[in-house]
Amino acid sequence: MSASIEKSGGFRAWLNKRLPVDQFVADQLTGYYAPKNFNIWYFFGSLALLMFVMQIVTGIFVTMHFKPGEATAFNSVQTMVREVPYMWLIQTMHAVGASFFFIVVYLHMARALMYGSYKAPREVLWVIGMLVYLALMAEAFMGYVLPYGNMSYWGAQVIINLFGTIPGIGPDLVEWIRGDYGIGDATLTRFFSLHAVALPFIIALLIGLHLVALRQVGSNNPDGIEIKAKLKPDGTPLDGIPFHPYYTLKDIVGVGLFLTLFAIVVFFIPTFGGLFMEAPNFEPANPVSTPEHIAPVWYFTPYYAILRAVPDQKIGALLMALSVAAFLFLPWLDRAQNKSIRYRGITSKLLLGTFFVTFVMLMWLGLKPADGIYVLLARIFTALYFGFFILLPFVSKADGNGPVPDRVTYHAH
Amino acid sequence: MSDHAADDTVPEVDESRRKFLIAATAGTGAVGAVLTAVPFVASWKPSESARAAGLPSEVDLSKIEPGQMATFFWRKQQIYVVKRTPEMLASLASHDGELKDAKSEESDQPAYARNESRALRPDVLVLIGTCTHLGCLPKPRFMPGDASVMANWPGGFFCPCHGSKFDLAGRVFQGSPASVNLKIPPYSFEGDNKLVIGVDTQPAKGVA
Repeated sequence: MSASIEKSGGFRAWLNKRLPVDQFVADQLTGYYAPKNFNIWYFFGSLALLMFVMQIVTGIFVTMHFKPGEATAFNSVQTMVREVPYMWLIQTMHAVGASFFFIVVYLHMARALMYGSYKAPREVLWVIGMLVYLALMAEAFMGYVLPYGNMSYWGAQVIINLFGTIPGIGPDLVEWIRGDYGIGDATLTRFFSLHAVALPFIIALLIGLHLVALRQVGSNNPDGIEIKAKLKPDGTPLDGIPFHPYYTLKDIVGVGLFLTLFAIVVFFIPTFGGLFMEAPNFEPANPVSTPEHIAPVWYFTPYYAILRAVPDQKIGALLMALSVAAFLFLPWLDRAQNKSIRYRGITSKLLLGTFFVTFVMLMWLGLKPADGIYVLLARIFTALYFGFFILLPFVSKADGNGPVPDRVTYHAH
Repeated sequence: MSDHAADDTVPEVDESRRKFLIAATAGTGAVGAVLTAVPFVASWKPSESARAAGLPSEVDLSKIEPGQMATFFWRKQQIYVVKRTPEMLASLASHDGELKDAKSEESDQPAYARNESRALRPDVLVLIGTCTHLGCLPKPRFMPGDASVMANWPGGFFCPCHGSKFDLAGRVFQGSPASVNLKIPPYSFEGDNKLVIGVDTQPAKGVA
């Protein structure tokens, strides 16, 4: 699909002989054909990349003022926000950015679930994406611990202790992760190193692989039809348009809208009512005072609700791990012929709709205390959560094989 | 060059020799990679100063009133020390049927604390104040009959994070997310009023 490149004369030709700039642009952008029927759900891939860049850039500046360590971490964050020019803005962008990153990633994943973007030939693309998500969870967790507020401390205590439930090696593993008999200097300095150096490298590498895999198999679309099946005489897809300039321009509109929302939150509601930044985290870590109610940040709460729904600790931790890992198996659990939910039966639509509601309900329940009606609800929705993955093979096989249109549905604007 | 041109027979490749060399090189490389990983992995273990800070610590028991709890730090963990009254000790026998591990068979404690009162000396309860569920601090709720904890509450500990309940020997009640009793650290006594946390046996007489 690569366009041919002029290589005659001038600096540009000189450079292209040594570094294939034009070839790269032709392969990746102007010669990469994406389906012409993308809708609003196709904004979130480029927005996720934008958030990654934003977290890297703001993170570089936060790193300049942050001092990891039990005695210094909390104060260094307070000091940079109060005393260093404009760090109130940059640090807030970094903290709020984490939540926006997850909003975008969850919507990006929801899109894949709706249009079957994980199905063949995109299994590897999906698995790499899930690895990005897992690395992002680790990155966000460690980033949350670093400011060393009281919720940082107790959140870290609870999450690290989850590894203690692994039979046999558990207790030693927990000590190894912390580097001490409790959370302390050793824990903070290694989390800082992982958060600022190791994980960003890994995430960048995985995003690169995600894009390489995407270029190989091509984008899915809301109809779930392979556009490569119908080609023009010149070999490009009949229903495809070059990524650049068409989708780069479309994405810029998305970026503009997104940044407007982002700026509103950063400037006017940075804590988002305690969802993006929790009240106990504005007091220093205190090993002798557990906050009355421990809840992780909203993007982890669905899994936390599952953990707490189970009365047995080991089974709870196991189900929690399973609830995250289950996504990895979607390409093989879904046995429908059609990709998109548009061309599946009502049972499939109900199943997926129920799953979306379940995920949001677990998210809400994870923020609530674990007593009374909330425990009962968490158990019901945990059952529904796993019910989705268990029923999917049967439902998708039964009603995912109806007729699909010959070409993508598209209405000119 | 002319020699090669003249020689049109391709030399036979010794496949088994090649396979052996590839396997041997890969094997040696893998062993080397694992050995190289050892120092990096080991660097995450507690440092010497962290270990030193984990040395035994001494507690003066005479300052704790009967029925009271005092907390101390040992190895970055809170240690709960409760001087149990005879009534508190008597309450332990009343609810074995409601406990997950009444005999402390699945739980973690030194051998000398695996008895009815889970203690070396029944009147002194020593616990690691870390919930065995996920590590929050269980709060003392010593008043028997406190219905806000549960019906027929005999007195004990309640974890506010996920609602685990423990009795006055740190034994976990059924219905709690924690599955084992609160841990007991190694400890010993020197005389009547000195508790040493972190050492199992009393040092021999005359040894400093």
